[in-house]
Amino acid sequence: MIAIIDYQAGNLTSVFRALKWLKQECVVTKDYETLCSASHVIFPGVGAAGDAMFHLKRTGLDRVIIQLAREGKPLLGICLGTQIIFDFSEENTTPCLGILPGTVKRFPEDLMSSGALLKIPHMGWNSVSFRTNHPVFRGISDHAEFYFVHSFFPRPDSEEYVLGTTSYGIEFPSAVGAANVVAVQFHPEKSGRPGLAILENFCGWRGTDAE
Amino acid sequence: MLSKRIIPCLDVRAGQLTKGIKFKDNIDIGDPVEAARRYYEEGADELVFYDITASADSRDIMIDLVRQVAEVIMIPFSVGGGIRTVEDMRRVILAGAEKISVNSEAIKNPLLISEGAKAFGSQCIVLGMDVKKVDASSSIPSGYEMVIHGGRIFTGIDALAWARRAESLGAGEICLNSIDADGTREGYEIYLTSLISSNVRIPVIASGGAGNPEHLCDVLTRGRADAALIASMVHYHSYTIRDIKTYLDSQGVKMRMFW
Repeated sequence: MIAIIDYQAGNLTSVFRALKWLKQECVVTKDYETLCSASHVIFPGVGAAGDAMFHLKRTGLDRVIIQLAREGKPLLGICLGTQIIFDFSEENTTPCLGILPGTVKRFPEDLMSSGALLKIPHMGWNSVSFRTNHPVFRGISDHAEFYFVHSFFPRPDSEEYVLGTTSYGIEFPSAVGAANVVAVQFHPEKSGRPGLAILENFCGWRGTDAE
Repeated sequence: MLSKRIIPCLDVRAGQLTKGIKFKDNIDIGDPVEAARRYYEEGADELVFYDITASADSRDIMIDLVRQVAEVIMIPFSVGGGIRTVEDMRRVILAGAEKISVNSEAIKNPLLISEGAKAFGSQCIVLGMDVKKVDASSSIPSGYEMVIHGGRIFTGIDALAWARRAESLGAGEICLNSIDADGTREGYEIYLTSLISSNVRIPVIASGGAGNPEHLCDVLTRGRADAALIASMVHYHSYTIRDIKTYLDSQGVKMRMFW
């Protein structure tokens, strides 16, 4: 059973629908027992870091997620969920979960490409160069593109946590992780077949990066 | 690098497509769910559904349609037409749409943009703009005026000023429709698109006037649009989405070519 963490951070139903499409047994939940008994946990989210952390703290889910990550359960962060697993976000100057060391930064205002100012948010389809042969990204074509919508991006303290990068004026980490945690800035549930392939890989992953 | 998006627009009346889409291989004519599935398979980057009846009855049909579409396509889609309250937005989002498009409703009540952005995030709120060219004046300095009701009513609001205001209210994207170009198939209005796109920081989707792939190329380069809306070009099988993308790719416009 795959558990999708429910914490009032935007549209969680799209992740649920994508897993249904993949015929995975899944549940959207904030229940402690259900989360602990799940084989895999997905931490999605859209919206602002400040609001999201507020809800997580108020419900105690912040400690639950940290515990699940420490216990070695396969954990997938998506978009805002990815940002919140770091130490700190510049968005609303928010202390976050600290599961991975690093900070979440805003795209610089003067982001340029070929002499033109780039739009913020970074919204639409872009590619990811995956650096490692991580099991969750296995078999994904170099030509695949994924759907992004964000103004902030994760900057891990160490390059060892960077699993893939994307270019938008700057090169930023768009896939990160360590041990049983993997997290992506894009929306695999809205990225057509390549996105579904990543979700499927995650559902079959045992939580170690060498398999 | 970010790809430019190609977005088919589906007008829906009482749960049926209005622009008689006839798919070649005997797929149900006029079924928006089948059309969505087909465009998804063909490589559409996003879809837009527009409820052109937008009555209380049709809204329930629309919610049902959104739910069915969300089950068959795994790309983002937006829904517009008759969305007047945050509660209307919530229903559509919970049914599975990523984005909500507000148009004349936002002109009548600009707070709809800020309240929607606060409730669901800016990325959910698309401002639809229907624009007509007029003589520039002190009240309409850009020479483009906001119109509503399909262009029949002039609002006295300058299009550029409205775009900037909507951005500051929290709109995450603009879908810019030229009423003058709409339906002509003679090309998008390039100057208008470039004017708006270069004066806001949020993405701009160009709409109105597409007749061939060269038109898309023009608006995505000179027009500085981030995405292009298409309707009859693909609805009537003049082109497939793959044809259009292949042409644009060959012209050096960054496209998502693998799906």
